[in-house]
Amino acid sequence: MAGESNGAGVFGSSIRRREDPELITGQAKYTDDLQLSGMVYCTILRSDYAHAKINGVDASEAEALDGVIAVYTAKDIEASGVPGGIPVGWLLPDMKIPEHYMLAKDTTRYVGDGVAIVVAEDQYTAHDALDLIYVDYDPRDGVADPKKATEDGAPLVHDEAPNNIAFDWEIGDKEQTDAAFANAAHVASLDIVNNRLIPNAMEPRAALADYNSITGELTLYMTTQNPHIHRLLMSLASLGLPEHKIRVIAPEVGGGFGSKIHHYADEAIAAWASMQVGRPVKWTATRTETYLTDAHGRDHVTHGELAMDADGRFIGLRVDTYAAMGAYLSTFAPAVPTYLYGTLMSGEYDLPAIHCHVYGVFTHTVPVDAYRGAGRPEATFIVERLVDEAARVSGIDPAEIRRRNFVSPDAFPYQTQVALEYDSGNYEGALDKALEAIGYDDFRKEQAAAREEGKFLGIGLSTYIEACGLAPSAVVGSLGAQAGQWESAVVRVHATGKVTVYSGCSGHGQGHETTFAQIVASALGVPYEDIDVIEGDSGVMPHGWGTYGSRSAATGGSAIASAAEKVVDKARTIAAHLLEAAEEDLAFEDGNFFVKGSPDQAQSLPDVALQAYLAHNLPKGIEPALEATSFYDPANFVFPFGTHVAVVEICASTGQVDLKRYLAVDDVGNVINPMIVDGQVHGGIAQGVGQSLYETAVYDDGANLLSGTMLDYAVPKAHFLPSFETDRTVTPCPHNPLGVKGVGEAGTIASPAAVVNAVVDALSPFGVNHIDMPVTSEKVWNAMN
Amino acid sequence: MGISIELEVNGAGVSKEVEPRLLLAHLLREELGLTGTKIGCDTSQCGSCTILLDGQAVKSCTVLAVQADGSEVTTIEGLANGEYHPMQQAFWDNHGLQCGFCTPGMIISCVDLLNSNPQPSEDEIRHGLEGNLCRCTGYHNIVRAVQAAAETMNG
Repeated sequence: MAGESNGAGVFGSSIRRREDPELITGQAKYTDDLQLSGMVYCTILRSDYAHAKINGVDASEAEALDGVIAVYTAKDIEASGVPGGIPVGWLLPDMKIPEHYMLAKDTTRYVGDGVAIVVAEDQYTAHDALDLIYVDYDPRDGVADPKKATEDGAPLVHDEAPNNIAFDWEIGDKEQTDAAFANAAHVASLDIVNNRLIPNAMEPRAALADYNSITGELTLYMTTQNPHIHRLLMSLASLGLPEHKIRVIAPEVGGGFGSKIHHYADEAIAAWASMQVGRPVKWTATRTETYLTDAHGRDHVTHGELAMDADGRFIGLRVDTYAAMGAYLSTFAPAVPTYLYGTLMSGEYDLPAIHCHVYGVFTHTVPVDAYRGAGRPEATFIVERLVDEAARVSGIDPAEIRRRNFVSPDAFPYQTQVALEYDSGNYEGALDKALEAIGYDDFRKEQAAAREEGKFLGIGLSTYIEACGLAPSAVVGSLGAQAGQWESAVVRVHATGKVTVYSGCSGHGQGHETTFAQIVASALGVPYEDIDVIEGDSGVMPHGWGTYGSRSAATGGSAIASAAEKVVDKARTIAAHLLEAAEEDLAFEDGNFFVKGSPDQAQSLPDVALQAYLAHNLPKGIEPALEATSFYDPANFVFPFGTHVAVVEICASTGQVDLKRYLAVDDVGNVINPMIVDGQVHGGIAQGVGQSLYETAVYDDGANLLSGTMLDYAVPKAHFLPSFETDRTVTPCPHNPLGVKGVGEAGTIASPAAVVNAVVDALSPFGVNHIDMPVTSEKVWNAMN
Repeated sequence: MGISIELEVNGAGVSKEVEPRLLLAHLLREELGLTGTKIGCDTSQCGSCTILLDGQAVKSCTVLAVQADGSEVTTIEGLANGEYHPMQQAFWDNHGLQCGFCTPGMIISCVDLLNSNPQPSEDEIRHGLEGNLCRCTGYHNIVRAVQAAAETMNG
């Protein structure tokens, strides 16, 4: 493959991933693949009731089963003296924070809430024993719908949260926005349910805990996107062990999509159990358990309105949302429907007045937290659906009304009415490219002709913006984050010129080992093969905040670039000394330092590294060795954007939606590896299309999860999806050293609106102006008939 | 109360005494250390555990170890023969994987697919993979990989 060994030219080339040989041969080790000597297995008994008082637990039969080592309940955890808390890491003003303990003490609050722990010699016995634990439940009424949960008389999830309201949050200027609506020529108005989703990383969550009672050290292998966050929270809230005595290791991790960010009870339970039995303890979720415990996503009930003047210019947007939190506040849950949602309401548009009000609501359901996109898909769906509805009520073409309202390319940085300052963009550029590629004008003719024949074609646009790489830390702290959002990197040049890079990010499918090496190869001019990248071990690298929110390239990559720059600076000083020249007279090209104009007398980076390690002849004041650490705190979020287009055909007799084409023009700034970026876009689109056409977590009125297995929840299969058409524009980020934005979530953020806009467009002859997701045949058929 | 079974796994003979209810997936992973075969669900939906049993792709979470008595099993670890199987190579070349968890089962299913249909259309590939879920790739590059492997294997 081209470009696999060059230094400087390697940034921007589609190198095959170095991660893959281990993965395609089955050699890579995920958490559940690991075995430790003396290892035992842990299972967790989960509540069958959405809401119940626990009168008592009888574990005597389970304890008597051959092979069972112990059965524990919340009382045992309390007696052990550990704090036992499952924390929330984002605090909003006046937010209700009910106690969340590692196991339910006297009340279960969702189907799946942990009640008891079994530790046994083998996993079959550990599962058998669950059936021998008898819990005396006193069932109570539950509530699953976030809007109904706020009504008077609804069952309370927590007594201290009246009407189940966890927080009442708003952003923007209500008065100014209401005034805009009072002067509107047209108003688009929609009631929208954003369907609850189950993440479905293919690898179920797992933990293998090894507590050494002699040293007091806990080694915890686990399915994590952020080992240091887990270490920090386990030290502070659940286990109470000193932070430096906890080592969290992410082995190979099989996808996350947000679901492996959070501090759940289960991994802490495995660790606590290892502390009790003095042996390594493994816990691995069954798929059903992941459905009952992995934080779900979305679950909003919203009313949104967009006001226009007579020319179709947007003058105001107002949004009211009931956002489910589930039974407890998960790690970053409060941020998702607030600062990752309300702040996106300006979309790509120059909107002079915005107001967004959100109730965060407790329901008797699995906690809701960040799932790929986290707040931004919900916001984009509202804005882009309202824009299409605005086009409909004003009679302006959907592409034209967007063009008329875009923030113009010369308006950056652009300050929105909802806190964010967009860094750079060219929204019309992406739209034009997409419209041309899809053949927009021709499509309208084809659509009209098809309707004559009783065929219903539709086209949907989603001109999206996303805000990712949350930053800077001081700002996110002021908004309630109990975490920093900088990132760390160490670039270590060894004496022979080989390089090891340590990143505080923690990839789980994104290909960091490849792309981060590409960054360093370009920065240092050393061969790509001479660079290794290591992530995912709190015992090895400096504190980092992990991989989520499309932050790894923008923050982690920038940290690496910054550390590499420090290495070059130091190497230049040493090279100047060796060449007996002034530093400012040196050039650095392809890994060689030389006096400008004299490239034949060069000191290569490996030459300099050797001298740095020997330290026989270093300039005065320069320390030996050649490495640098960077803790990079970005100046701002990054703002990828683009235009996605869906084309659908609806079967007139069944209502089935056939997604015929899906085209994405994304602008993610500079691109490190186009192949990997395209892959991220593909996967993101698939999840967004999944939400729009297939996936939904269904609770009944009693808050029982009906879609509790992969049989009942429609993770898209290969034949549910078309091949995707992808293209790009490139508008570099102006405030980070690589000019990169982020790509992990773009597809998931953009695609639901594109698909539903296409469906509604197809159904326009039927007077349909909205259909909630997932757009099933049944809903479409009913809308047509 | 074990039952004796004999089978051939990746070309090597295996004799074991197993619990009657032991799943083939667990035999491979827990007792033979062949952890390339993954377990991603409990309802035989995801296909991560797919292996070749006497040359046919099966979900090893849905086969009892005792049912494999006398059979030949090929797992992802046994697919390469000195060099990568063309399907493995095609997955690498075409970025047909991201997190890699579904990949062993997916590759085995793709091998089986081409065994029964050496020149599948895109539609046949997509329907042929209905027993294997991938959450990362959107299947786009998996389809490209199968097309590339078909070309290599037919060429």
